[in-house]
Amino acid sequence: MTAVPAPTAPAATSFLKRVGRYFYQHPNQALVLLLLLPMLWLLVFYVGSLSALLAQSFFSLDDFTGRIVRQFTLRTYQGMFSDPSNLDIFVRTLSMAAAVTVTSAVLAFPLAYYMARYARGRLRGILYLAVLLPLWSSYLVRVYTWKIILAQEGIITWFFNTLGLGGVLDWILSLPSFSLLGMFFVFVYIWLPYMILPINAALERVPKSLVEASSDLGARPGYTFRRVILPLAFPGVVAGSIFTFSLTLGDYIIPRVVGDSSYFVGMAVYAQQGTSGNIPLAAALTVVPIIIMIGYLLVARRLGAFDAL
Amino acid sequence: MAANQSRSVAVSLRQVCRFFGDVRAVDRVDLDIYDGEFFSLLGPSGSGKTTCLRLIAGFEQSTSGSILLHGQEVAGVPPYDRDVNTVFQDYALFPHMSVGENVAYGLMIRKVAKNERNRRVREMLDLVRLSGMENRRPTQLSGGQRQRVALARALVNQPRVLLLDEPLGALDLKLRQQMQVELKAIQQQVGITFIFVTHDQEEALTMSDRLAVFNHGRIEQIGTPTEVYERPTTEFVAGFVGTSNLLKGDTATRLMGSAQTVAIRPEKIRIYAPGERIETGMVQASGTIKEIIYLGMHNKYLVSLDNGDELTVVQQNLDAPFAVSSIGRGHPVQLAWTRASAHPLNPAGGSA
Repeated sequence: MTAVPAPTAPAATSFLKRVGRYFYQHPNQALVLLLLLPMLWLLVFYVGSLSALLAQSFFSLDDFTGRIVRQFTLRTYQGMFSDPSNLDIFVRTLSMAAAVTVTSAVLAFPLAYYMARYARGRLRGILYLAVLLPLWSSYLVRVYTWKIILAQEGIITWFFNTLGLGGVLDWILSLPSFSLLGMFFVFVYIWLPYMILPINAALERVPKSLVEASSDLGARPGYTFRRVILPLAFPGVVAGSIFTFSLTLGDYIIPRVVGDSSYFVGMAVYAQQGTSGNIPLAAALTVVPIIIMIGYLLVARRLGAFDAL
Repeated sequence: MAANQSRSVAVSLRQVCRFFGDVRAVDRVDLDIYDGEFFSLLGPSGSGKTTCLRLIAGFEQSTSGSILLHGQEVAGVPPYDRDVNTVFQDYALFPHMSVGENVAYGLMIRKVAKNERNRRVREMLDLVRLSGMENRRPTQLSGGQRQRVALARALVNQPRVLLLDEPLGALDLKLRQQMQVELKAIQQQVGITFIFVTHDQEEALTMSDRLAVFNHGRIEQIGTPTEVYERPTTEFVAGFVGTSNLLKGDTATRLMGSAQTVAIRPEKIRIYAPGERIETGMVQASGTIKEIIYLGMHNKYLVSLDNGDELTVVQQNLDAPFAVSSIGRGHPVQLAWTRASAHPLNPAGGSA
């Protein structure tokens, strides 16, 4: 390779030293070694299972035998989109995900702002703990707890009755989409921390002097919020919304435990692969939220949300 | 320019205090800054100078006392309703906006028409020598350029008072000196009152028409650079603005004929070889050279007086270094200075 032989360092003595020196001299191989395991994991379990899922969605179920026909076809997709009840499911799930995301963002922002800008010392620690604490207990337990809270003999009913507002509650209960409302509360409750933390992280990186500069240049607080704070914290909002949106899209436990019989994508998938054994349709139903999320991420990138991350 | 009583007062502080818990950040400050003045607030860190500036800008609210901007009380008035603009220490440029958008920010808020806005932004960028940089992002600029954008962004609003919070602190020495000259030139060009916070005494002396020296939240002295340097009123000012030799007690009595503490600048003291003839009428002392510090442009001598006191003397480096063998370490020397160059200090002032 080279005309002049590379000077050789004195030989390393112990085995460990030799290994260390080898990787020092071949940094690329050290990198390969470092990334081998996570890449393998991602490829086999992540990309592998996703590909299997995608492949399944292009198979079909034989209506007579109930067997899966392993042949490429678009029939499953055709069937799925031609069934209006499936479209209902998508619209319902998407609307819920959107409503949960917007509400979480609106609730999370002021708290995240307060935590980032004003809370100091002990109070700050307590607030972080309060946000994170729910994540330490089982998700399932918390959902069931809400079922009990929202139940007819639960604390909400008792509270309204005690205040003599039983009539108001009856009116709310008589609303056609009441169970959606309950589900919505539980979704927001469960996913809120995932919105607070990224917004908080984004706000932590906005220097106080920018807010002062804006005010100094004549901007009222509302203007400063719209033109300085929100644009700079926007990547955090988008990051949070990716969590709340995608988690709501895929969840099937909350609709099942808290909701009525109206279907959400997750429940439909569960039903198709379990009771009906229609794996291809279950796979196709799963692909839809994935496509929606890809679109969502593309829009988020378009909005410059990842530039500042 | 010295303080001129006929000029109108731009900023006036009356017994202003700002306490953070037990900390008296600003303590009973009285200050009048005149229209068109370049006024510096000078002091070590934690002396209250920045808090004072923030009180004028409205980022802090005073605990007590009154702040007047052009005769109007501004207590309780938020920053966005005050006719002052600030250049921040970290520049505080909006990272998600271009240079042009940054400079136009204040004009956008005031709903200045687009043509007029663009014209004024261009003019301002010309003034700070950043023509054609409108579309750059702040992150693409050097420290000195960012500093100019911050200046343009504040000046474009034509405030009556511009507040500058250690704006040159982050620049390296050469650039800082260049910006000092430029800032001063810009100030004279636009004719706006500049209130300039700095901990660098040389910067304050170079740039200011007048300055206030802060220590422990209080003002020690207000005056022109010459007044503050030549006639410091307190020990603190004598030591913080330049360096001073303090003659106290017995030494003062023996040399100056009075026990009152006097300050004398190292460069006002002359060194003579033993036996050399000294002009009459000068104050004289004798001692031994303890140390010579070579500083390039000048030499610094530490001289032990016969009674043990130590004086610092600075002499220009006229000869080749160490050529004068009669003035070397350990040599006895005579010191002399004129009576007028030793300045008596306020006995009460300073020591907080």
